[in-house]
Formats: sequence, structure tokens, C-alpha cells
Amino acid sequence: MKKLALVLLAIGLIALPLFSGDFYVNLSTQVLIAVIFAMSLNMLVGYGGMTSLGHATYMGLASYIVAILTTQYGMGNGAAALISIVGTTICAALFGLLALRATGLGFLMITLAMSQVLWGLAYRMTGVTNGDNGISGITRPLPFGISLEGPAEFYWFTLIVSAFAFGAMAIFVMSAFGSSLKGVRDQPRRMAALGFNPWMIRWITFIYAGFWAGIAGLLYVYYHKYIHPTSLSITNSAEGLLGVIAGGSGTLGGPVVGAALVSLLKNYASAYIERWNMLLGIIFLLIVLFMPTGIVPGARKLLGRFGRTQP
Amino acid sequence: MQFWIIQSLNSLSLGALLFLLASGFSLIFGLMRLANLTHGAFFMLGAYFGAIALRTFEGLNFWVVAIGSGLLVAALGGLFERLVLRRLSTNPLGQVLVTLGMSLIIADACLILWGGDPIPVPTPANFQAPTRLFGFVFPTYRLVIVACALAVSFALYLLLERTRIGAMIRAGVDDRQMARAVGIPVSKLFTAVFCLGAGIAGAGGVLGGPVLSAYPGLDADMLPLALIVVILGGVGSLLGAFVGSFIIGFIYTFGAALIPDLAYIILFLPMIAVIAFRPRGLFGRLQT
Repeated sequence: MKKLALVLLAIGLIALPLFSGDFYVNLSTQVLIAVIFAMSLNMLVGYGGMTSLGHATYMGLASYIVAILTTQYGMGNGAAALISIVGTTICAALFGLLALRATGLGFLMITLAMSQVLWGLAYRMTGVTNGDNGISGITRPLPFGISLEGPAEFYWFTLIVSAFAFGAMAIFVMSAFGSSLKGVRDQPRRMAALGFNPWMIRWITFIYAGFWAGIAGLLYVYYHKYIHPTSLSITNSAEGLLGVIAGGSGTLGGPVVGAALVSLLKNYASAYIERWNMLLGIIFLLIVLFMPTGIVPGARKLLGRFGRTQP
Repeated sequence: MQFWIIQSLNSLSLGALLFLLASGFSLIFGLMRLANLTHGAFFMLGAYFGAIALRTFEGLNFWVVAIGSGLLVAALGGLFERLVLRRLSTNPLGQVLVTLGMSLIIADACLILWGGDPIPVPTPANFQAPTRLFGFVFPTYRLVIVACALAVSFALYLLLERTRIGAMIRAGVDDRQMARAVGIPVSKLFTAVFCLGAGIAGAGGVLGGPVLSAYPGLDADMLPLALIVVILGGVGSLLGAFVGSFIIGFIYTFGAALIPDLAYIILFLPMIAVIAFRPRGLFGRLQT
């Protein structure tokens, strides 16, 4: 039953551009990018117990590196993408070294402070980042000579990357390493006594999460063909975090559902009201106050209760 | 020479404003174990209250407005603490997220109410003329800001070290459960300290108004600096907030004046040094 539903979902996702208009195809592309980002953050927040408020850094940094290399240094898309991912991952490794000196709220404050520093840099370092004007004129890559200019082509490209991302992150958290990560989240001392190295486990997770956020950043910049400092802002980090928490942190499906809802809501809300930030803040309050475990665990619990009353 | 003196004075006044922000943040963090991300928004809200009050009622005394805005922000902070944060007292992560949500709401509300253009706050009339000393010219108002921060820091020191309430707060910072067990009303202290921190930030916003003016994004500009101050100085420590504020004030001002593109990168350096060698901060007692 569950398998059947998944197969149907996959067919639906693949066939989507065949029966819907460009608007919905583009919207779905954005949702997929948000999902990859939220999943990468979920490895930190949900499975690792490390609440980062600076995860947009890696997404924005990857975008900026591609934008700068291709528009200002005339580099090809393939090489720029490679350098961008390597650079973003190294940045995550360095930031991880610093942030993981602390845990809990200290970790949160350090990640936030570092990401705000990069955000300020993107605004002020106008010679390189073009400041508030952002960088435009980015082109989409041509994998195997296939043009990705059409909405449907880019959607399929994003879908393939998302499938890889989902698989890679699912394997990561379900592996033995993922179990040790959960162990470190719940009982760091006991894990240390058992001979694990909690710091190393956290650091590797941090780098891996940064890598996938960088992949999301590449898709982001190819989709918009434009990058602006707001991509590094706390609002962006907060959106990702809201997706994780609304859906249910520490579950595989949670961030998918949560990020999809948040980005759909953002799109629909932006069509009617200008005040997305206000709405984002209000949802934050409501989710934390009234649905602290998120939608997916909540729904599962509800279904479980429902199942038990049925004979 | 004039350049260095003016920049030093600018550094001092920025440090003073940061202290008004970071001291409250640090106190709240120390007592409540709460990273209050609304603090930048409180600062901005104070600045807007001051700017609007001074624009609407001409001839109103600047200091009355500063204190009034501080009290108003303190009252709002108290409501927020009582109505929202209190419900989440067992959920520290939830508290942070709620303060983040609240800061987004306040920032957007300010944008809706008062628009996107910066609203200037006039410098109080008696301090508009520059001070001349030893052949150099100083902008008087910046000296006033520094004096205010010194006065606030002294008052906070007296409050924390020389009064009964201060002793209770220190006890709460060191061991909340024990303090509760010996009959200290920790829960009331939470509200009081939250109001106090919010109030200082709000009044600080008005005080900084003539230099910074009130504009959307003021919160996002100030909060990271305050966070870095607190990481540097150590949470829960008044001395840490004091020293950290002036270090960051100097580094940021001189960085922005000498190498404007990289001013933000330079902020990294002291932070990296402290995190690497002394993760609890220069004067911090708490392990975060």
C-alpha cells in the first residue's frame, strides 16, 4: 500500500510538466529546491540536535561563487559549479570547527553571527558582489548538451538532483553513522564512553549538511539566474528552519512536507499580500506554541490512534 | 590626527550603543538561558517610538522621550515574556524560535506602520554645537552617548552587586534551581530582567537615533554586532558585555573607515580568536 503510494507519487512528479502549465512547473521546481535545503538542515537540527540559524550561508555562498565566477571571470558553468561546491564544503568545514566549540544555544548564536557577517559582506563588498543590486546574467548549464532553458527541462533536472539528494541523505541518516549521530544527540556522554567521538560525528554531519545546502544553492542560482544578498539573510535560514520544524524535525518525510508547505504558502501569500515576513513570524509562533513536534509526527500519531480504534 | 580622534569617538559611541543592547541580552541569557533574538527589534522599536514622538510633538524633551520609549518597549517585552515565552519554559529551542518569529513580526510591523524611508531623530538642542577641546573639535552628542552608557553600566553594576534584587539575580544566574529552593521568586525575576533588558534596548534605540536614525533593517544591523559582543565577552557577564562592546565598537568603526569592503570580515577575527581559545568568552562564567 505504502509502496504503491510512493510509486504513484514518483510517476506524478515525473509526469507533472506534461499536464500542468509553466507556472506550476516553476513553482514545483522552487518547492524541490526548498526541500533539498530543508532536508540538509534537518540532518543538523533533527538528527544531530544542532540547531543552526545560519544554514542559508552555504546555500547563498554556493550561489554567489557560481555567479561571480561565471559573470566576472568568464568561467564555464561546469568548472564554476565544481569550485563552488568544493568551496562551500570547505567553508562549512571551517565554520563547523568554530560553531562546534559550543553546543545548544551557544552553537545557535555562533552560526547566526557568522552567517550575518557573510550577509553583511555580500551587501557591503560591492566591488565583488555588486551589493544591493545583486548579480544577474547567470546562465544555466548544459549537461550533456541538453538545454535547461525551458521550465519543464529545468524541472526534470531539479527532480533528478532532488532524488539523488533525498537518497543520499536518507542513506546517511539510516546508516550506522546516522545511528551514532542520533546517539550523540541524545546521550553525548554515554556515546563518548562507548568510544565514539561526538565532536567528529557532529563535524562530519555539519560538513555533509553544508554540502547539500550548497547543491540547493546551485539549483537556486540556476533557477533564478540572479542572486541578491537576501539569499544569505536570516529570513532565508529561518524559512528553512520553519520548514523542518513545521514538518517534523528528525523524520525523513517531515522536512519534505514542511518545506513544500512553506514555499507554497510563500508563493501564494506573496500574490495577495506583501508582508511575507510578518506571516512567517506568525506561523513560527503558532507552530512552536501549538504544534511543537510538527505535522508529520502529529499526523502519524493521529493515524496511529485512528488505526487502533478500528478493529 | 583629527581623523583618528573622530574615529575613536565614533568607536566609543558605537561601543556605548552596543553596550546598551548587549548588556540586556547578556543578562537575559544569563538568568533565563534564553537567546533573545527579539533584542535587535526592541532596539529598533525604541528608535521608531522616539523618532515618531519627536516628529509628532515638536518641543518634546528628548530625554523624556528616551525614557518613555524605554518604558513602552519594556512593557511590550514584559507582555511577550508573560504571554508567550512563559508557556515554553521547558523548551529552550522553542523559545529561541519564538523570539525569532517575534523579531520578524516587529520588523515587518515597523515597515507597515512607518514606511521604508529612514526617519531622522533630531539631536537634542543643547548638544548640537560641537565641543572644542585642546584645539580639536568633537561632536558633543557622541560624548553624551558615551556618558549615558557609562551611567547605565554603573547603575547596572550597583543594581547587580549592591542590592537585594541584584543578589537574587546573581543567585538565579549561578544556580536557578537552588535559588528557587531557598525561596527566591525566580519566575518574577525573569519578567523583571526581561523588562529591564528590553527597556534598556528601547531607550538605547532613541539614544542612538540622532546618529543612526530609525530605518527598516536597523535590527538586522545591530543584532549581529550584539551577538558578537556577547560571544566575545561571555554570556551573563556585565563586564564582558562592557569590554566586548567597546572592542567591537573600535574594530567595526575603524574597519569601516579604513577598509570599508572588509569591515565585516574583520569582525570575524576577534570572534574566531575567542571561540578557539576561550569558548565561554573573555569574562563568561557559564558554559553555553
